Amino acid sequence: MTQIKQYFQFIFNLCQKEFLTVLKDPSSRIILILPIIMQSILFGYAATFDLKEVPYAVLDQSNSQASHDVLQKLKGAGLFNQVATLHGSNEVADVIGNQEALMVVYFPADFADKLQQDQASPLQLIVDGRNSATANAVVGSFNAITLAYNASTDVGSQLPITVKSRAWFNPNMETRWIIMPGMIAALSMIQTMMLTALSVAREREQGTFDQLLVTPSLPSQILISKAVPSIFIGLIQSTLVFLICRFWFDIPFQGNLFVLYLGLFLFTLASVGIGLSISAVSLNMQQAMLYTFVLLMPLMLLSGYATPLANMPDVMQNMTYVNPLRFSISIVRRVYLEGATLADVYTEMLPLILIAVVTLPVASWLFRHRTS
Amino acid sequence: MTSAVVQAEALNKVFINKQKKEQVVALASLDMCVKKGELTALVGPDGAGKTTLLRLIAGLMTPTQGRLSVLDIDMYAHPQQVQNLISYMPQRFGLYEDLSVQENLDLYADLHGVPADERHSRYQRLLTMTNLADFTARPAGKLSGGMKQKLGLACTLVRSPQLLLLDEPTVGVDPLSRQELWKIILQLVEEESLTVIVSTAYLDEAARCQQVHLLHEGKILVSGSPDTLTQRAQNQCYLFTPNPEQKPRELQSALLDKSDLVVDAVPQGGRVRCVLHPNNTIEDVTKDIPYNKVEPVVPSLEDAFMMSLKEHMPLQSVSVEKLKKDHKAKPDASSPIVSVKQLVKTFGDFTAVAKTSFDVYPGEIFGLLGPNGAGKTTTFRMLCGLLPATSGVLSVAGKNLRTARADARGRIGYVSQKFALYGNLTVYENLRFFAGTYNLWGKQRKAAIERVSEQFDLASHLKDKSGELPGGYKQRLAMAASLMHQPDILFLDEPTSGADPLARRAFWRRITALSQTGTAIIITTHFMEEAEYCDKILIQDAGEKLAMGTPEEIRADLADTGGEVMSMEETFINIIAVNRRKKQERSDED
Repeated sequence: MTQIKQYFQFIFNLCQKEFLTVLKDPSSRIILILPIIMQSILFGYAATFDLKEVPYAVLDQSNSQASHDVLQKLKGAGLFNQVATLHGSNEVADVIGNQEALMVVYFPADFADKLQQDQASPLQLIVDGRNSATANAVVGSFNAITLAYNASTDVGSQLPITVKSRAWFNPNMETRWIIMPGMIAALSMIQTMMLTALSVAREREQGTFDQLLVTPSLPSQILISKAVPSIFIGLIQSTLVFLICRFWFDIPFQGNLFVLYLGLFLFTLASVGIGLSISAVSLNMQQAMLYTFVLLMPLMLLSGYATPLANMPDVMQNMTYVNPLRFSISIVRRVYLEGATLADVYTEMLPLILIAVVTLPVASWLFRHRTS
Repeated sequence: MTSAVVQAEALNKVFINKQKKEQVVALASLDMCVKKGELTALVGPDGAGKTTLLRLIAGLMTPTQGRLSVLDIDMYAHPQQVQNLISYMPQRFGLYEDLSVQENLDLYADLHGVPADERHSRYQRLLTMTNLADFTARPAGKLSGGMKQKLGLACTLVRSPQLLLLDEPTVGVDPLSRQELWKIILQLVEEESLTVIVSTAYLDEAARCQQVHLLHEGKILVSGSPDTLTQRAQNQCYLFTPNPEQKPRELQSALLDKSDLVVDAVPQGGRVRCVLHPNNTIEDVTKDIPYNKVEPVVPSLEDAFMMSLKEHMPLQSVSVEKLKKDHKAKPDASSPIVSVKQLVKTFGDFTAVAKTSFDVYPGEIFGLLGPNGAGKTTTFRMLCGLLPATSGVLSVAGKNLRTARADARGRIGYVSQKFALYGNLTVYENLRFFAGTYNLWGKQRKAAIERVSEQFDLASHLKDKSGELPGGYKQRLAMAASLMHQPDILFLDEPTSGADPLARRAFWRRITALSQTGTAIIITTHFMEEAEYCDKILIQDAGEKLAMGTPEEIRADLADTGGEVMSMEETFINIIAVNRRKKQERSDED
């Protein structure tokens, strides 16, 4: 009993030291809080594929009632903003080329005639394809408008078949709803990993780690005391992002807080494991910093945070299975937007536990056995 | 043009400590004059203002008040102009560790705009002087401490300056490299009639200069040639020979306890050198202490230095009694507490430690000596369990700490070479933390913190940030932290490196008192005279054991010196040199 008490007394003492070294300076406290708030707000507004005020130009050689009606619909949709009226097809390349307009709507001279004769009457849409995601969105929105036009005018004998789609979990298809919950996991990972990666490396560089190793402290105690403050800080950062999602951006939370935090805790544990392993192999802070940066980029890319996992080649899809961020982003999104329960997401928690169970003992072994 | 290279009048420099909102006076109305072609030494305790003075002369800071001109140029008006004419080597010279010796030289030549046609001959000369010609392709980070310092000096000298400023160039450098560095400096003064100002903690170095300035609290206490300064201690210096069964350091302690009569007492060649207060006679001192013989000796600069300082500041009080009284009982002294047999450590095909054996008994002070790269620190790290041994038997308090249970480490204390406590924590927070790591809680912890802060005079600094303490305090804090749990064995890796003579004396008083409580102490040092305090010393070079025994025994091995007692430093240099020569001959025969 006394031995167990002593074990935890050691950990408590070590943790106290860790918290002091990290949080003592006001400047380092600010660095742990302020960037998180700034970044989540920045991402919430800036990282979006949603259309707003799409600049377009019109080349209307038909100049008919029909073409005017379509343009009217376009204006009424509220997503588009006409910036120019063109007079010849030679001007099209210019407005697209110098990014004056994202699309040009071109009505050929025979547009109205063909429509009258019940023929297929193509109007042409020229879109700036340099950003494919935006281009797709523009085309999609425009299609919706022409469909609406078709329906309203009831042209021809057959009604064109219209497809009405509804997006679940994100009815207005706002990118923000996908981006922001992902940030709850992704943003805190960057700093937790950096913090842990630097912690042992800093002590090695300053010689305090040797001083620690010659005391009766056990590697497991050192490990736990290094992990606890990082997990704590990581969870606080996640909470900050969560609060910004919920109350600043008003994204409704559908799930259970306990499940969300269980997922976040396991995720932070796994990232701390990776961070500590980096730290244990690094000789100095510079190395630790470099390794972390090299690792962060693929972790982000292969997480499904910005791009769907299903679109990746098989090899890369397999690689995502060792990425804690992949699972955590999925857990957070599902719990946040779908209201997924523990039964729904526990299969994604198991890999996180596995990553932590492998990396943490490796780090602890490396504390003493790193060959210098 | 006058012959004064540096002219300072009523020079003041005040720093403002923003956190505490108080002023720190680094230099207080200092007057100094340095003549052309002269070699000038700045000596004084830590924090006396030596570095500040050098940095002001180098134009890296502006004085708060007073007049300062260097090479007849006003330092307020044209600091850049002066910087173009002088060279300054700071305490930690900025070598690029990943660049080779040659690349470092090229870089500094580029920075100083040395013309390409002058470089070749300059490099040649510098590389020959520093003996670095064979190592031009080696990365600077892979050089030994002494070689790094020499390369630093070479980089400082890539151009011919009119004034050379050196800030403690020999700190952390072994006696052999120190000798070589000084050879270079003296050669430069002679051949290029260079003016040099050097700050140093070694008074034998100051004795080689033409002018010595003793600084204390930002003022010059005394200055003059080494000879005139030494005169001050005339007729005040004596050499005591202890009784046969008496240890020199016991006699030394007895002398130091008479602090109203005795300025200084240090062990020397198995005897004790003692300096008296000016108004006392030797009879006053010898009345009631046991000794064998006493004779007057010629004073040294160090004796005079101690006398002058003693007039202005009390010798740091060391609560020796406190140290002894509070110490817990120790294991019996009949069996060794540290035992090393045939210890070997290799890194790849490089042998850092080769077949070393020794025993250390409780209450013994065991000194590990050797030039930079001799394998001292490697031996240390193996003993402390920080590094696995390649082969051999290691036993510290009956265990191999590499494999023993964690609580076995509770019997040792370890003070590493550089300050290795948490710099952004306060003194108190560091002590509290380390007490915890040694399993001291609650009342025990409080008592331990009180005890060590009293023993090491830290009580008034408990709330200060550890990283911002002056050097001497840092060292004491590190000692205090390693003694919280009253270990049976204390490991000290170059604890006195860069410390001034006063701080070193206080340090050794504590160490000898500690050994009297039964603590075994294993220590490495670059100050050879400190080997005199040790009960046993081991001299290593390139991983090999060269000599082991008491200081007297080692000196006796080299008895072919014609009766004159050799200083420990001479002995050391002799042993290393003889060994290296033998090695050279052997490899020549192959």
